[in-house]
Amino acid sequence: MREISTQLVEETVCSLFLSACCEIGSDVLGLLNAALDREESPFGREVLRQLIENDELAARRRMPICQDTGMAVIFMEVGQDVHFTGGDINEAIETGVRRAYREGCFRASVLTPLGRVNTKDNTPAIVHTRIVPGDRVTLTAAPKGFGSENMSRLFMLTPSQGVQGVKDAVVEAVRLAGGNPCPPVVVGVGIGGTAEYAMLMAKHSLTRECGEPSPDPELAAMERELLERINCLGIGPQGLGGRTTALAVHIEQMHTHIAGLPVAVNMQCHAARHKTAVI
Amino acid sequence: MVKQIHAPLQPEELASLRAGDSVLLSGTIYTGRDAAHKRMCALIADGQALPFDVRGQVIYYAGPCPAKTGDVIGSCGPTTSSRMDAYSPLLCGLGLIGMIGKGPRGPQVVEAIQRNGGVYFAATGGAGALIAGCVKAVNVIAFDDLGTEAIRELKVENLPLIVAVDAHGGNLYEQGPAQYRRE
Ligand code: SF4
Repeated sequence: MREISTQLVEETVCSLFLSACCEIGSDVLGLLNAALDREESPFGREVLRQLIENDELAARRRMPICQDTGMAVIFMEVGQDVHFTGGDINEAIETGVRRAYREGCFRASVLTPLGRVNTKDNTPAIVHTRIVPGDRVTLTAAPKGFGSENMSRLFMLTPSQGVQGVKDAVVEAVRLAGGNPCPPVVVGVGIGGTAEYAMLMAKHSLTRECGEPSPDPELAAMERELLERINCLGIGPQGLGGRTTALAVHIEQMHTHIAGLPVAVNMQCHAARHKTAVI
Repeated sequence: MVKQIHAPLQPEELASLRAGDSVLLSGTIYTGRDAAHKRMCALIADGQALPFDVRGQVIYYAGPCPAKTGDVIGSCGPTTSSRMDAYSPLLCGLGLIGMIGKGPRGPQVVEAIQRNGGVYFAATGGAGALIAGCVKAVNVIAFDDLGTEAIRELKVENLPLIVAVDAHGGNLYEQGPAQYRRE
C-alpha cells in the first residue's frame, strides 16, 4: 500500500488547471499549423493565423487561451494499492479547482442549472474516477467550454443501421453543429456501451493527444475516413467556409447490448485543453 | 483590403458593409450575453428603461475573464451568438445596429438585420487572449451582480472582425461553406 496525501492531489489539480487553461498542447498547435498550410479559404487562413497567434500569446502572457475556461472536468485513475491520507479526497479536488480558477484569473462559469445562481469559484468539478491496478494516481484536467459542449449529441441507433449508420451519425452531428462549436473541432466519439457510457467514452477520447490514431486499427481507419468526410462539409474555421472543419476524430468503443448501437459525439473546440500528471 | 470602422457606426459606414468584408473596429461597444439579454428583454416587457440606450449601438456577446493585476481585462473572445437569437429581433427593433459574436444566426435575426439595416460581425471564437489586447478601457455599467455576464462598456481599438451578415442579403455562414462543400 502506498500513502498519498490529499494535499498533494489538491496541488496537482491546481497546477494542472493553471497550465491547461493557458498553455495549448504542442499537439493542437501542430495541427493548427498543418491546417494553415492546407487551408484554401482566405477567411479560414485568417482565422487559423489568429488562433495560432492567440495560443502563443496566451502561453507567453499566462493568460487563458479562451475566456471560456470551461467546467473543470477531471479524469482520475486511482491505483488499488493507494491509500489517501490527510482529509477528504473530493474536497481536495474541489479546493484545487477553486484555487486554480482564482489564482489564474479564470472565469467562474458554473451555476445552478435552474435558478442560474453562480458559485463564483467554478466548482463543483466534474470528476470521473476509475480504480486500476497499481499504486499510482493519474490525474487529467480537461477544462471544457460549452460552445462546443452544447453541440454534443447522443444517437441510440438500431443494430440494423450498422457501421454505415455510425459513420453517418458522426458526420451529421458535425454538420448540424456548423459554426457554433468554434471549428476547427476535435470530434470525440464513443461507440457502444450504454447511453451514459457512450458519452463518457466520447469525452475520454478527447484526452488523447490530438490527432494520435486509436491503437485499434479498425477504429483508426474509421477515424481517418470520418475526418476526410467531415472536412468535405465545407464548414471551415469558425464556420465561415473552408477545408478545415475538424483537426481530428477520436473514437473509443465498448461492447454493447444485442438490441442497441449507441453512438455519442462529444464536440471539442480547437481549444482542446488537457494536461495529465501521474502521482 | 481591411476597412477601418468606428463604433457607434455612422449610417454611411454601415451602408457600405458587405458580408465578407474584413474590418478593424475601434470605438465604444457593450458586452452582453445570455443573462443580460434576458434581463434587458424583461425590462422592455415591463415598459422600463434599459441600462443604456441601444439605438445606434453595437453589442458584443462576450463574458470576459477577470483581469490580472495590471491588465485592463482578461481573455475576452466571443460566445455563441445563436443563444441570443431569441432576444435580438426585439433589440434590433429598438434601434440596435450591430452585433458581434461567433457562429451563425437564425432566420429571424437575419431578417431583423435586413429590416432594420443592421450588421452582424464574426469575431474569432477562442481568440480571447488576442482580443483582450484590443480592449483599452472597461466600465461595468449594469447588472454587476451577474459577474462575467454584466453589461460592460468597452473601448476597443482595431478589433479584427469579419462582416458575416449584412443588411443586403449577404450571409457568409451560408455562402462560405457552400463554396467549399464537396459531395
Ligand atoms: S467553444 Fe471553445 S474556443 Fe469557442 S468559446 Fe467555447 S471554449 Fe472557447
